[in-house]
Parts: sequence; C-alpha cells; structure tokens
Amino acid sequence: MPSSPLLQVEDLTSHYGPIQALHGISLEVNPGELVAMVGANGAGKTTLLHTLSNVHKASSGKVYFEGTEITRTAPHKIVKAGICHVPEGRQVFGPLSVEDNLLLGSFSQRRNKAWVEEELGKIYQLFPILKEKHRQAAGTLSGGQQQMLAIGRALLGNPKLLLLDEPSMGLAPLLVAEIFRVVRELNEKGVTILLVEQNAKAALGIADRGYVLETGRVVLSADADDLLADEAVQKAYLGH
Amino acid sequence: MKRLGGLSLFALAVALLPFIFPDNYYVTVVAVSAGLHAILAISLNLLMGYAGQISLGHAAFFGIGAYTSAVLTTRYGWNPWPSILVGLAFTGTLAYIVARPILKLKGHYLAMATLGLGIIVHIFIVQMGWLTGGPDGMGGIPTLSVFGWTIDSDERWYVAIGVLLVLVIWLALNIIDSRSGRALRALHGSEVAAEMMGINTAATKTGVFVLAALIASVAGSVFAHQQAFVSPDSFSFFFSIELVTMVVLGGMASTYGAVLGAIILTFLPELLVIFEDYEVMIFGGILMGMMIFLPQGLFIGLKDLLHKLVHKRSNKAKQAASQKENNHGVA
Repeated sequence: MPSSPLLQVEDLTSHYGPIQALHGISLEVNPGELVAMVGANGAGKTTLLHTLSNVHKASSGKVYFEGTEITRTAPHKIVKAGICHVPEGRQVFGPLSVEDNLLLGSFSQRRNKAWVEEELGKIYQLFPILKEKHRQAAGTLSGGQQQMLAIGRALLGNPKLLLLDEPSMGLAPLLVAEIFRVVRELNEKGVTILLVEQNAKAALGIADRGYVLETGRVVLSADADDLLADEAVQKAYLGH
Repeated sequence: MKRLGGLSLFALAVALLPFIFPDNYYVTVVAVSAGLHAILAISLNLLMGYAGQISLGHAAFFGIGAYTSAVLTTRYGWNPWPSILVGLAFTGTLAYIVARPILKLKGHYLAMATLGLGIIVHIFIVQMGWLTGGPDGMGGIPTLSVFGWTIDSDERWYVAIGVLLVLVIWLALNIIDSRSGRALRALHGSEVAAEMMGINTAATKTGVFVLAALIASVAGSVFAHQQAFVSPDSFSFFFSIELVTMVVLGGMASTYGAVLGAIILTFLPELLVIFEDYEVMIFGGILMGMMIFLPQGLFIGLKDLLHKLVHKRSNKAKQAASQKENNHGVA
C-alpha cells in the first residue's frame, strides 16, 4: 500500500443534535483508488460524505487530505483543495440551464478558464445528451440525465477526489449500469473516487476496496472481491 | 446582444413616452416615482428573487440614503454629491455589519429579523428629532445638478430617473449573468449544494445584501433631492411590504418583472382614485386575481401566455400549409 493516502479519516464522529450519527469512522483512500462504502439506509453514508465536505460539522476526529488536516476547513476551501461532491439525489439547480449548472461546478476554477473550456468539451463528449440539452433547464432532465449532470458538474471542479453519493438512487437498472460504467471509466482515467452506495453489488463490482457501514460504524473493510464473497455481506446486502 | 436588445427597447420606450403624452401628469409625476420604485424593486429582487433571501426591511436602506442626503445638505450645507457618497458608505457599513448574523437565519426567522431592522431604523428616524425633524420630516432639500445641468423641473427629473433606471437595469442584468450571479441562483436552489460547488455562501449572501442596500441608498438620496422633503412615513414597514409585493407581483427572479411590478403598483392606485371609497378594495381584488391567474408573476406569466399564443398560431399555419400541400398532391 502506498505510504501516503490521499484521504485519511481518523475516528470521525458526528451528531444531529443529541443523536450521534457517526461513531468513530476511520478509513483511507489512496491516490487512484475507487473505494466503495456500502451500507443500508440510515447507516450514516451521506452523513459521512457531508462531514468530509464539512457541510455537516464533525464532532471529533480528524480528516486529512494530502496530508493536511481539513476537519474544520470551510466547505468552499475544501472544494478548492480538490474534493468535489456529487450529492445524494443529484441536487441539480433546477431552474438553471444545464450549461449554467456545469459552469457552477467550475466555480472554484476561476483562474483556469482555458482548462474549464476544455473540460466542458470533454464532459459533453462523455455525456452527449448534456450537450444536446445544454440550454434547457436542468429540472426538465430525467433522473439519469440529472445524475450525469451532477457528475459532470463535479468533474468541472477539477477533483483530486470525487465523492459520489448514491448515484444509483431512483434509476432504472439499465441506467444504473450505465452510470457505474462511467464511474469505472472515470476512475480508469485517473480520478480517485469514494463511492457511497446502497446498491452493494454494483458498487463492490467496480470498486478496488470496500467498507461496510452499519449504524455509523465501519464493521468490515477488505478488497471489494473479498467483500462480495463474504457470507455475512452476501446475507445482509446482496440478498443471497 | 440579446440582453442589450431588450434594454435598448426599454430605454427607447422610456425616452418616447414624454413625446407621446406631452405635459401629462402621469408621465412627469407618477412615472418618476414609478421609476424610483422600479430601482428599489430591482435591488430587492436581486436579494429575494435571485438569492432567495427575503427582506421585509428594505425601506430602511432607502430611508438611510434619503436622510443622510437630507441632513448633510440642509443642516450642514454639504454639496449633494458627497452627501450621496456618505449615504452609500453609511448604508453599506450598516448592511455589512448586520448581514452576517441576519443572513444566518432562514425563512420566517430571516423575515422577522429584517422586519425588526426596518422598524428599528424607522424608530430612529422618528425619535432623533434634533437631527431628522422627527415625525414632521424635513424640507428645503436642494435639488441635484449634473455637470451644471440643474434638475429643476418635473421633465428633467423624468430624464434623470429614466437614465438612472436604465443604468440600474443594465447593472442587474450583468450581475445576474456573471459568475457571481450564477452563485446567487445556486444559493436559491440549495445552500448545501451551492457549498459543494465551492461557493462561499455566507460571503455571497452578504455581498448581495450589501449591494441591494447600496442601490436602495442611492434611490433614497435621489428621492430626497427630487421631493425636496422627507418624512418617516415614506420609509415605514408598509413601504417595505409594498416593495416585496412589487417583486412578487412582477415575477420573482426577473429584473423586468420587478420593473413591471413597480410600475403597476405605482400607477394602479392613481388610476383607481375614480372609485373613491372602493379604491383599496378593488386594488386588493386586482392583486389577488393576478396572483391566482398568473402565479409566476405578471412578467413571466404574460410572456408565457404570449409564447403559447404565438406557438398555437404558427402551429395552425403549419398545419394549414401541410394540408394545402397534400391537396396539391391529390390534385
């Protein structure tokens, strides 16, 4: 294993008022990896990603990104540092055009105009439907198209680490496969990804390593293939 | 270019109006106050319509601008222009100081806090009689002159405020279309998602709040010089509500909508005077009707309606054309 992980999380806890949602999470993501975090509804997956982006405050514990502590760094500075977040339920800006949504993703890259333009072209290549509808309001897109938009938008932030929250949510199986193919492809192109998913089978299918989250605790961590073969995991998450 | 097209059309309409209706009370008097209201509505719309932050105290900034100009020019004999600048500095500082704590609040709580701000400023104006003249107000405010051109008639005020309005519209359109404008609109959608885009939401909200306050302050100063008299009534809670109504009526998140809302809300009461005792009732009825039938606001609602009509006609024309062609084929 490489000596310095891109993202290192140590004993992270987080609360909603008096209720503790994360009970001391530790994990790491190495450069170039695709790491899956699987778990049931309410296990704390979204909270974990929100805490990493610091849109939800951590109560204790530490988050390091490229060796620098970012536990209390303001969210917009975390994006600038290179962690881009594809939120749960896509959260595209409905009344804004597809292109405005994408450009919002590049908000942290204002000094990088040439790069943004080039990257925008690449994203239109990756998702031709977005180019076709670039003037339409994002809210008029279908769920799958919105997911593509949310991913494209995050890519325009020039991420070193992409946080993907439940990209399969509410999508037809065919579309899920398409989205996961794109995620795999992005990772092969060099984007490091932390993927959070209820769809454990699909997520572990494309991931290098995986963690299993249960009620705010990491209960298992192993190579993705081993987790797929694990009996407990199969019983709980894969429906075997 | 499209942006400039709409704006030049609007500017042309403003320029031609006095020639179409010469010496008309509605043009030289009512339209001037409609123009000032439009400037205020545009500034409030940046905050409310685009950034989604409600303010029930916008009249406060209008009032601070007006009273700073009034006090400095009459009591201290200042030239109007530096007075306007001091008003801007004063309003901007106050807006900046209150913005952070106030804009942390959301929804009803933000409404309450801005309402409180408006009422506090109003009370200050009323109570500081030694400076502001108290409830009686203060008169004798000199008029403005621009490079030796003294604005000393209703017609000249029409020109001055027309120019200012076109400038403010141009400013607003440019802001909305910029990187910061996108940030504002993102904020309106979802604050968390906006933060995930790397937008500093607190700074963005503060920025738009201060900008809206600054525009209102300029409008206030100009208002004071134009009326030559100010009194606290013009800056009360009710006026704040009226501004909100203009924005909502015209159509949130539309600059021309705000202008239209301001024009209608200024002209309607003037026109309804003929109904005497029933004026307010009819006014309320019209507002309710508009909101029920055009809930997106007047400007967008009418635009959509027009769009549909044109579409229908062109569709019909197409159908007729294709039918003709078919007939030809048969023949």
